Amino acid sequence: MDWIASLQATLPELVLSVGALALMLVAAWGGQGSTRAVSWTAVAVLLGAGIALAGPASYAGVVFDGLYRADAFAAFAKVLIYVAAAVSIVIAPRFFARGDGDSLHPEYPVLILLSAAGMGMMVSAGDLLTLYVGLELQSLAAYVLASFMRRDQRSAEAGLKYFVLGALASGILLYGISLVYGFSGTTLFTDIATAYGAGKSLGLTFGLVFVFAGLAFKMSAVPFHMWTPDVYEGAPTPVTAFFASAPKVAAVALAVRVAIEAMGPAVAEWRQIVIFASLASIIFGAVAAIGQKNVKRLLAYSSINNVGFLLVGLAAGTQEGVSSVLIYLTIYVAMTLGGFLIVLQMRDAEGNPVETIDSLSGMSETRPGLAAAMAVFMFSLAGIPPLLGFFAKLAVFQAAVDAGLFPLAVVGFVASVIGAYYYLRIVKVMYFDSPAPAFQRSNALVEYGLITVLALFISPVGWFALKPLGVATMAAAKALF
Amino acid sequence: MIAAIAFYLFAAVVLLSGAMTITSRNPVHSVLWLILAFFNAAGLMLLCGAEFIAMLLIIVYVGAVAVLFLFVVMMLDIDFAELRAGFVRYAMIGLAFAVLLAAEVVIALLGWSAGGLKLDQRIAPTPDKMSNIEAIGHLLYSHYLFVFEGAGLVLLVAMIGAIVLTHRARGGVKGQKISRQVARRPQDATRNMQPPVGQGVEL
Repeated sequence: MDWIASLQATLPELVLSVGALALMLVAAWGGQGSTRAVSWTAVAVLLGAGIALAGPASYAGVVFDGLYRADAFAAFAKVLIYVAAAVSIVIAPRFFARGDGDSLHPEYPVLILLSAAGMGMMVSAGDLLTLYVGLELQSLAAYVLASFMRRDQRSAEAGLKYFVLGALASGILLYGISLVYGFSGTTLFTDIATAYGAGKSLGLTFGLVFVFAGLAFKMSAVPFHMWTPDVYEGAPTPVTAFFASAPKVAAVALAVRVAIEAMGPAVAEWRQIVIFASLASIIFGAVAAIGQKNVKRLLAYSSINNVGFLLVGLAAGTQEGVSSVLIYLTIYVAMTLGGFLIVLQMRDAEGNPVETIDSLSGMSETRPGLAAAMAVFMFSLAGIPPLLGFFAKLAVFQAAVDAGLFPLAVVGFVASVIGAYYYLRIVKVMYFDSPAPAFQRSNALVEYGLITVLALFISPVGWFALKPLGVATMAAAKALF
Repeated sequence: MIAAIAFYLFAAVVLLSGAMTITSRNPVHSVLWLILAFFNAAGLMLLCGAEFIAMLLIIVYVGAVAVLFLFVVMMLDIDFAELRAGFVRYAMIGLAFAVLLAAEVVIALLGWSAGGLKLDQRIAPTPDKMSNIEAIGHLLYSHYLFVFEGAGLVLLVAMIGAIVLTHRARGGVKGQKISRQVARRPQDATRNMQPPVGQGVEL
């Protein structure tokens, strides 16, 4: 094995881990005062890892004896992950600065970096071991981040709940992995695919079911979604924004890779699971969100709903399907980050965070700019045509129809109408209800800038991005076939 | 011959100490019996040529887990009478588990006629002329290097997480200042006194 080539291909992960280790030392000696410097350096490290993607990391192919795959698919997912991670580092200081008692520690950006390294391993996995270690690295950091506000009871609850259920899911996943290993005799994705192609085996099918159950938990797809609303509500808002974006991308990309590369020949088996999880997520995510009063909970159900649409693209199992999943992921990350950025602006006159939907009422009069941006994100999440969210849904349904899954597309489409109700309700509350007390104004230029950029990307201006996005996702999807 | 003697010795001691672990009244004694059982199980592993697992048993189980148990048993004030009070309540569940385990033992014994495990037919046999510790080392530090380093990061995250979630800077703690201790001279701290007889010391 050529070590230099292997290390070059894994350069993004190297940059992230070495950067995280160095920043950990800075944090250890610098203490609380170094938080700001560590945060911005962490963003720079993420940028560096992103630049490293331009090298062999996006085309070197199989390295480390098949354990790691450096291809366009992984590179595309990593770009999304790094962007989402960087945004959640940038928005953290202001959130924690005004919280009561629990200040931001310099460990926050370090944990996000390590989590990003884990997610990089996940999307580049060519072996069940890489998959599992990457997943654990990501999850373990996420558990800590969820309970980062130690004095806040809900945050502690979120962390504990996430940890216990996450450990259970890891157990289920490992059980599946051990079955797959036992019946195929290998942990390499390519060899597993050969074993699945060789013929039906009850053990292999069982393994597949458990692996998908474990992955569904990490994606928070119904019926393994129960943790999502509680964790999203309890975790500090920047962390929730992180959970809803980066790990979601990693989990979905990982599921796509496992489904196509490792279990491709067993498409008939996993397609049933994916279709069920997809429809259940779309319908449950839409129906359960209707009664919500808390914006963060609402966005949690919205993320469950969106995972359903993502799985529609995966169910197609074709190159177009994978490409549509990546398009959807890109647009979903933009919409979700935008939504949470606006939730971050929701502060009452004393600067305490408020999360109720009622507090949004009449925002069009008190904060017209924010209300317009929120309306853009909500319309887009609902899939209303001129906005990019529509094209995302179009892409996955197109792929499903092309793959002959017409009923799935129809049911998904109908269910998305249910989902539109609660998105539009927020718009109605903002524009037609009598104004609630205005939110505290702030001069967070970075956050306003981010909101503007994301809203512009989602708006018809983003049409310019659609074509290059389509080309890039097709190239990325081609790496898997 | 020696191997057979060693096997019966180790096996007998494992069985004995296992029985003592669950029957001894003093929990500290239980843990000590458990440690003895681990040591002898490690001996059994050595006999069947699995020296890596043997060392693992001693280092991980005896060195870490059992000693941790011992600390927990000694440090915590566990009222064992209270723990046993639930015996009747959970007797049925306990019985069910006992039956389950007994069934497994019976099934395992029925497999007796199938003969021993064919270790040479496993999917990834150890290379010839290489002890299995060496073989594992070769795999771990070359083939699986990437995953190995990843596992290292996982442990680091666990450490950072534990500190982030539990550490708090406490006020009013007197830290040790070694430089000040070293710089302190005898004449700063001691005084020569010559107390008159019968009067005691005046400080």
